[in-house]
Amino acid sequence: MTDFLASIGAAFLTFLAAAGRLALFTGRALAAGASPPYYPRMIARQIVFVGYYSLPVVGLTALFTGMVLALQSYTGFARFNAEGAVATVVVLSVTRELGPVIAALMVAGRVGAAMAAEIGTMRVTEQIDALTTLSTDPLRYLVLPRLLAGALTLPALVLVADIIGVFGGFLVGTYKLSFNPVAYLTQTEQYLATTDVVSGLVKAAVFGFLVALMGCYQGYHSRGGAEGVGQATTYAVVSASILILLSDYFLTQAFFAR
Amino acid sequence: MSDAPVPKIPKIAVAGLKKSFGSKSVLDGLDIACDAGESLVIIGGSGTGKSVLIKCILGLLRPDAGSIRIDGEETVGIGNAARARLMLKFGMLFQGSALFDSLSVWENVAFGLIQGRGMPRQQAHQIALEKLASVGLGPEVGSLGPAELSGGMQKRVALARAIAAEPEILFFDEPTTGLDPIMADVINRLIGERVRGLGATAISITHDMTSARKIADRIAMLHKGRIIWQGPTAEIDRADNPFVDQFINGRAEGPIQMEVRAA
Repeated sequence: MTDFLASIGAAFLTFLAAAGRLALFTGRALAAGASPPYYPRMIARQIVFVGYYSLPVVGLTALFTGMVLALQSYTGFARFNAEGAVATVVVLSVTRELGPVIAALMVAGRVGAAMAAEIGTMRVTEQIDALTTLSTDPLRYLVLPRLLAGALTLPALVLVADIIGVFGGFLVGTYKLSFNPVAYLTQTEQYLATTDVVSGLVKAAVFGFLVALMGCYQGYHSRGGAEGVGQATTYAVVSASILILLSDYFLTQAFFAR
Repeated sequence: MSDAPVPKIPKIAVAGLKKSFGSKSVLDGLDIACDAGESLVIIGGSGTGKSVLIKCILGLLRPDAGSIRIDGEETVGIGNAARARLMLKFGMLFQGSALFDSLSVWENVAFGLIQGRGMPRQQAHQIALEKLASVGLGPEVGSLGPAELSGGMQKRVALARAIAAEPEILFFDEPTTGLDPIMADVINRLIGERVRGLGATAISITHDMTSARKIADRIAMLHKGRIIWQGPTAEIDRADNPFVDQFINGRAEGPIQMEVRAA
């Protein structure tokens, strides 16, 4: 019995230690941003990497998300004669929820994994130690630009995803479900409030930060050669995905629950 | 810098240094000192804590106990700003070269100048090419990526990067590991030349005795977390120490038992 309790306690302590390490890591990386030097080249490079190169994959997933959403809500709502709500359902779901979450999950797979692999490889080949010996703080040079790029770029990506997602719904609505295009667009706009879009963009900033943070954190603490880097990459994607869905609930509650 | 040198104070003085990882003690009350301008080589088998010692002196690892004095000043437990100033005195050649593969060769060499010291890129480029020339590499190498170079060439670039900011103290971690004997000799000779050229203090760790004999003024042997012998390079063959004797002659039988697990 005590063995059983001890193992629960040990697991809990391990969890607390990990949470503490992550908090310290985040705090130290952000504190580095309080004073120069800054590395605008590194920030710009990361913004291009996170934002521009994620456009195809995010755009494609957003398009099909909007399309399937229109189809599903039409067939589902037909059961109680509410087909007319399709356009509203599509635009609210995409801007509030699916745009940010799906874009963030795609970016976690593409960018979070790449960050963990790159920083992890730098760790195991002593490049991070080399940075320190060359009077450059690795948190400032490697981590902070990625965190900034994640938080700044994902909202822009999500705005694009929102537009493409709504357009996907419009395509299915007008070509397949025979909605009148003008009526569909009017209805799309009719019930859309600014907070719907803004809340999605705020979510996107948080998700982008989390994806970059998990990529950097797992990479920074990887050890043991190729296997360690592989493990860091896996952990980065899994932990970022979990944190995205978890924080999504609480952000939604903060925005919309009264 | 214009002050008269005080001969009594060693450049680097390590006393009672302890470091363990989990339950495994790696450094166990280690004492070593190195005078200004001296080239000290620390020998010892794999996993005896040579790298850990260097990383403690550099501040990459935090020792559990003990003192590390640089120019007479205690460096264990100093703040980030003081550590950053101290780091400007150091140059380090890593075992695997540790070149940044996202940057070109010249940007690697100039990295400490541009990022660490805020030098304009144009000026740093000039210095980088000079440093590359001083390790026998032409300016055409500067624009290549590190991955395009052979291991020996990478070592040369890493050496150029370590000396680019003309540090007072240089560290070399297994400088000849993984190189063929000829390239190893080239690197040994370059290290000797560059260290003397800068008038720098050098601490190297190696298990390559040929290399140790070539670059050392003084050799110290590390075993089980302590220095068990030290003396001028010429005396190592007359050391009359069974551990040293086994190591420099490379015999499997003797008092040193190989550790199975890495440090």
